[in-house]
Amino acid sequence: MEYFVQQLINGLTLGSIYGLIAIGYTMVYGIIGMINFAHGDVFMIGAFIALAMFLILTTVLGFAFLPVVLLIVLIVAMFFTSAWGWTVERLAYRPLRGSFRLAPLITAIGMSIVLQNFVQITQGARVKPLPPQIQGGITLMEGSATGIVVQLSYMQIIIILTTVALMAGFTLLITRTPLGRAQRACEQDRKMAALLGINVDRTISLTFVMGAALAAVAGLMFVLLYGVIDFYIGFLAGVKAFTAAVLGGIGSLPGAMLGGLLIGLIEVFWSGYFSVEYKDVAAFSILAIVLIFLPSGLLGQPEVEKV
Amino acid sequence: MAMTGSNKAVAAQQNDPNSFAASVKDAAIAGLLVAVLGFFFIGIRTDIAPGGLDLKMRWGAWIISILVVFAGRLLLNLFVLRTDSPLTRKFADAMPSGTRFAGTGKWLMRALFAFALVLPFFFTTFFPGKDRQFIDLAILIMTYIMLGWGLNIVVGLAGLLDLGYVAFYAVGAYSFALLAQYLDIGFWFALPLAGILAACWGIVLGFPVLRLRGDYLAIVTLAFGEIIRVVLLNWYEFTNGPDGISGIPKPTFFGLELKRGEGGFADFFGIAYDPIQRFIFLYYIIFILALITNFVTMRLRRLPIGRAWEALREDEIACRSLGINTRNTKLTAFSIGAMFGGFAGSFFATRQGFISPESFTFLESAIILAIVVLGGLGSQVGVVIASVVMIGGIEMLRNLGFLQQVFGSGFDPVQYRMLIFGLAMVLIMVWKPRGLISTREPSVVLKEKKRIGADMVAQGEGH
Repeated sequence: MEYFVQQLINGLTLGSIYGLIAIGYTMVYGIIGMINFAHGDVFMIGAFIALAMFLILTTVLGFAFLPVVLLIVLIVAMFFTSAWGWTVERLAYRPLRGSFRLAPLITAIGMSIVLQNFVQITQGARVKPLPPQIQGGITLMEGSATGIVVQLSYMQIIIILTTVALMAGFTLLITRTPLGRAQRACEQDRKMAALLGINVDRTISLTFVMGAALAAVAGLMFVLLYGVIDFYIGFLAGVKAFTAAVLGGIGSLPGAMLGGLLIGLIEVFWSGYFSVEYKDVAAFSILAIVLIFLPSGLLGQPEVEKV
Repeated sequence: MAMTGSNKAVAAQQNDPNSFAASVKDAAIAGLLVAVLGFFFIGIRTDIAPGGLDLKMRWGAWIISILVVFAGRLLLNLFVLRTDSPLTRKFADAMPSGTRFAGTGKWLMRALFAFALVLPFFFTTFFPGKDRQFIDLAILIMTYIMLGWGLNIVVGLAGLLDLGYVAFYAVGAYSFALLAQYLDIGFWFALPLAGILAACWGIVLGFPVLRLRGDYLAIVTLAFGEIIRVVLLNWYEFTNGPDGISGIPKPTFFGLELKRGEGGFADFFGIAYDPIQRFIFLYYIIFILALITNFVTMRLRRLPIGRAWEALREDEIACRSLGINTRNTKLTAFSIGAMFGGFAGSFFATRQGFISPESFTFLESAIILAIVVLGGLGSQVGVVIASVVMIGGIEMLRNLGFLQQVFGSGFDPVQYRMLIFGLAMVLIMVWKPRGLISTREPSVVLKEKKRIGADMVAQGEGH
């Protein structure tokens, strides 16, 4: 029982990270109908920026008050990663808008290769370890028979709270602001939206920027939670986040978050109860199963086929 | 919106995108963007140091990269993008257009074929010092050509976007390696078995994804490719896991081993032994395998099944309403494509003598798909050109040692291989979204054979 609760907490934490990345996939898919293959690598870029900024603040400038440091790192990482997201869209996707469907997929894969190798060359191929910064936590329960202690660490509290806050803010942005309205309009009908005076290119760019900003948050959390990053983390995290987006129903924002949490839980429980080696197989199998039996996902709308 | 005519003229003059000021402004924006993007990556490097991580500042490299991008963008603006007479127009005029290219295409193909036929002897005659290296590269390129042609059946003809093609390559390689290890079976006997096994896997993996289209199909095939790789990696007792399988037997020439001394190939024919013979032999094996792939594809295109593939690619709904069994059509495409992947895989295993799951990552799938799409979907010559350009061009980077004198001894061009590969993928796609060979020969004609322009075909839409 205690083991179960502990795994549940770990799964929700990991799921929050997947969910934040998944939102980037789901929004881009919703608006231009393509898989942004480079999104996982944008997440990786965000993690590297967060790590570098954290080191600048703590070792070079000598800040010691952690909450302020983390807040600054968060804002800086979001800004700089957004610039990357914007550039990826501008270089690889915008020139191919209206082209046939495979072309942007190939540039997306190309961009993913470029980002990975760019980071590998400029930052080196070795993993970057960061010692745990936030320690301690709250002991929730203690199994009298098993001796297993269920702990909710401060780190996990921060991750879950940040995710909830971001999701709330993000939902407001999409449902209540002109930008969100424009974004939803483009999602429904790009041509009509353009006729009604919406700058479609700008809206799509902003979608990439928003996705990248959320991926940056996920990157920072990943650095803090695992303490180890390398240039290759984007691929697996990207595929899993995409699985989350599909599971929740692609195009649906709450679906992406729900899917992320489910994927996080499944992965953690699979490693906890079955085998760690095959946890990726579990995630990939779920992707295949969901797509085959439930193509519109849990909260998505079934695609209507027009002839 | 409510501008009067004169206002518009003034505005147009101020915002003339071809003016010098606009070019400089645009270049400045590009430079600024690089400053932002590169700040944490080029300007700063985190390194592992005793007691944690260490930061290293590289402001010189950062400023140089900004200046290079600014200057490059400015020159590009002034001479190509934002000028009334772009330099590239002259090249475009000089180059034959797609339709004029049609007649030369056949000759180009024949010339390429003739060259490929004599290639090993060409290298041994004219580059005796480097022949081994060149033939090895030719083998590599030929392997990718074969893989590209195999994938072309799935993606180019049937329009099924497969991002997990490497799975079948892996199945072929591991089939041969495991058959050789456990049952002591030689290359020529294992080759058809590997192909059949890969084809079976094609059906097994193809069956569940029949309903999926386009991007969804792509991502599920990617997932399958990764599943096979992870299983190969973790099933230690059977596949030896990450350590891989070594000591895979070499192919024999009708029972003759290509080895030194008694009973070898050279001894039997009474010629002097030379290690290059083995490379030449391997080259011809993959050359013939690739030719078989091409021949089968070309013949299948004329059969009802090939026409069904192409119909499926153009419009699945129309295809189904005409009574074509889309399930079987997709499955045959998947399994035949997989079979050639399996052949190529077992060739890869015998050539390397060692395989491990490391060789079958997603990147490999991406490279093969890139070759097919960059070459122009469905075009057999396109695959050849794309393989030579992408694989050959990238391998050539290994010979750029002289650049070390320019950039210092720490500069290693090989490091930039994949970065350049990725950039080339993006640039070629942006430049020619339909691939290098974008026109197509129709497989069925009514009266007269006409080239189909790229804008006329809906190929590869995936639905």
